[in-house]
Amino acid sequence: MGVIYVMVPAALLFAVAAVAAFIWAARSGQFDDADTPPVRILHDDDPSP
Amino acid sequence: MPPEQAVTPCTHCGTPTPSVGVALGIHVFCCRGCEAAYALITTCGLDRFYALRNAADTRPVTNAPHDFAAFDTEDFRRRHVRTVAPGALEADFLIASMHCGGCVYLLERLPRLVPGVEEARVNLHRGVLRVRWRDDAVALSAIARVLDALGYTPRPPDPTARHAARTQDERRELVRLGVAAACAGNAMIYAVALYAGAFEGIDHAHATLFRYLSLAVTAVALAWPGRVFFRNAWAALRTRTPHLDLPITLALVAGAVWSVISTLRGEGEVYFDSLSVLVFVLLAGRLLQRRRQQAGSDAVESLFSLTPPSARKATPEGLAVVSADSLVAGDEVEVRAGDSFPADGLILAGSSAVDQSLMTGESRPAQVARGDAVLAGTVNLTDAVRVRVERSGEATRLAGLVRLLEDAARRKAPIVLLADRLTGIFMVGMLSLAALAAGAYLFIDPARAVERAVALLVVTCPCALGLATPLTLTVALGRAARRGLLIKGADTLEHVANARTILLDKTGTITLGRPTVVRWVGDESLRPAVASLESRLAHPIARALCEGITVPPHLRDAADVHHTTGGGCRGVVGGHALIVGSPAFVRGSTRHTDTPCARALLAEAAKAAREGLTPVLIAAADEPAALALLGDAVRPDAAVAVQTLHQLGFTVGILSGDHPEVVATVARVVGIDPALARGGLSPEQKLAYVRARAADEAVIFVGDGVNDAAALAAAQVGVAVHGGAEAALAAADVYASKPGLSPLVDLIEGGRLTMRTIRRNLAASFIYNILAVIGTLAGFITPLLAALIMPMSSITVLSIALRGAAFTDRVRRPATRTEPTPKGGPAWA
Repeated sequence: MGVIYVMVPAALLFAVAAVAAFIWAARSGQFDDADTPPVRILHDDDPSP
Repeated sequence: MPPEQAVTPCTHCGTPTPSVGVALGIHVFCCRGCEAAYALITTCGLDRFYALRNAADTRPVTNAPHDFAAFDTEDFRRRHVRTVAPGALEADFLIASMHCGGCVYLLERLPRLVPGVEEARVNLHRGVLRVRWRDDAVALSAIARVLDALGYTPRPPDPTARHAARTQDERRELVRLGVAAACAGNAMIYAVALYAGAFEGIDHAHATLFRYLSLAVTAVALAWPGRVFFRNAWAALRTRTPHLDLPITLALVAGAVWSVISTLRGEGEVYFDSLSVLVFVLLAGRLLQRRRQQAGSDAVESLFSLTPPSARKATPEGLAVVSADSLVAGDEVEVRAGDSFPADGLILAGSSAVDQSLMTGESRPAQVARGDAVLAGTVNLTDAVRVRVERSGEATRLAGLVRLLEDAARRKAPIVLLADRLTGIFMVGMLSLAALAAGAYLFIDPARAVERAVALLVVTCPCALGLATPLTLTVALGRAARRGLLIKGADTLEHVANARTILLDKTGTITLGRPTVVRWVGDESLRPAVASLESRLAHPIARALCEGITVPPHLRDAADVHHTTGGGCRGVVGGHALIVGSPAFVRGSTRHTDTPCARALLAEAAKAAREGLTPVLIAAADEPAALALLGDAVRPDAAVAVQTLHQLGFTVGILSGDHPEVVATVARVVGIDPALARGGLSPEQKLAYVRARAADEAVIFVGDGVNDAAALAAAQVGVAVHGGAEAALAAADVYASKPGLSPLVDLIEGGRLTMRTIRRNLAASFIYNILAVIGTLAGFITPLLAALIMPMSSITVLSIALRGAAFTDRVRRPATRTEPTPKGGPAWA
């Protein structure tokens, strides 16, 4: 079970990386507007003139 | 009541429009503005807007066009316009009336509507449209005019840093929530390993590793996201005011100290998972609630959008366009017909009719002449007037109303999440019980003392309790939103369920809020010609006469149109001279006023005036030939809704700024006890009355105007109805995006059902916890079994919350309801 001493810190590192990515995304404003994108996706296929 | 008329929804905004006349096309419009907007949208090939939009949210484009000349001034450019590339400019606009997918679709296709615009991006969350355009191709005022014609009046954003600060706050909250979620997740994984170890057997070294790991992640959870609770608790201690974060902090600290000691000693149990999950659940509940509440409150500042952005100031060199906030007392400004007044002032020259309904609730326009006072935000309807500014900016009565509104909103009792309150108390209770149990077992059976205490703590993890209320509320709020009821605060439903008194504003709430033709006496065939003549004017009476009438092409040209303020107008339509106006005006300008027909019409007009209706006499060929009777008609669903409210056990009353006699008449029509109908109230009196009632009991106040805003904020539940002013929207706890009073019935039934579900949920989790505590103390439940039972309670609570019937079609409805069922399937899935 010695592998646990490698796997658990590795998993923790992944978690830290994910949290860091989330913090970066939140701070750069990617979650500021959660209302428009789900609506916009409905009409992105509109043909341009 | 009007005779039976065919009522068709306006093609653009869906306002029910009486369709009179013969040659009806497929399209019916409630007003010229809607017709123009429809033409603009369809000629640019953007018809999909009508498929995408939420019909209930589109508002009629009845506003007279605003003046955007100030958008091109140097001053405005310096403050609001950025240069993003050579020749390309960018600016943000606040647009209050964006709600749905159709709005996003239409606004983001602005480049197709206005050549020269390069890009338009919508942010629905903040209600902001960002426009980029080529400076040499199009003027900003031209872009603004197109937006205005579509019903999206653009306003320059608040230049202060408040928005930026709020965005930063929101991001920080989100980061905290993310960190708390990650910590909680990891702590739970380690807890599973430890529980499994307790059952299957685990190396002491491994157990120690997992304990230290969960200690580490919980330390992060407490030190970073959890700091909010500690800070609030510390502030509460220093100011000696009770705060719900105090018991939460106590629970967190006690749990943490206990667990840290256990970890360091290498024996005894740890509760790091419960602690980090608690931090996460509480933060998530608060974030959800904050977002809901903030969504509408942005609109407070938009009250100032009632004053125009620019004013036409008289200078020695002639009239100059200046921004309205630069006006000072003593300035002289010209206000054209259709504009709103930029400041409070006195009329120096000219006379006109002024729509003051926003300030007074009075639906009939007031006549003003030299020497009369006018208020900022009210609309000049018929003629240009010169005004000397008396008070501007912060000193106006409008600004005073805004302060009143903010004050009323602040005085409201602080919102306390029921779940927060209960969880805190519950945690403290459980910790003391666990300590007591451990103490007692030390005497009875020392070997099992710690195990029992731990099982107790695990089995009574507050997840279920903490989840029950916010989950039920969130489900209810989401379903309500899909039914056209936007509820800002979770506590609102609690108040709705408790309230037994409902006070209604009259103008715009019980009535339509604008004059409509309630009766037509005499020659019906004159209506298209009258509509053609009146379509030249901005007066509400003129609009009422045009409403729903399709003018045949041969009557489209009206020549020699002359208009007399406070009287009426004359012109030649289709080769026939036509005079339309007050009986006095028409009698004074017509020769044959003594025919039997004319006498009958004049007698009818005099009678109608006594009933509170506005008579408009129509003369063709120099003889009075028809009479239109205008009034603020009661909404078709009002009487039924009032009846239902009575059945639900409510006391229904009216608070109105309109004349007491008019209010009493309306009360009789809809079935409200005239003793409870109070008229002639100023906004301050409304506020005082609502405050007095709200001190004794939960009160629901329903209104739509700026004059209702403070009272809306003061009532436990303020409901703004469809089409109301932005200020009312901002002050209200609930916004009904469907017109009429029937959404109220929905709201009350839904609120009561939600509270019933919450109580059922709390009862379920309490019964579960009591059984678990008894089982644990009696020794039936080991820590492992406790860990297995724990999720069961959460699942129970979850399913009760999702099965709640509030705001679904499963609610039994009184047979008398007439409103059409909303589109879409059942609101739950």
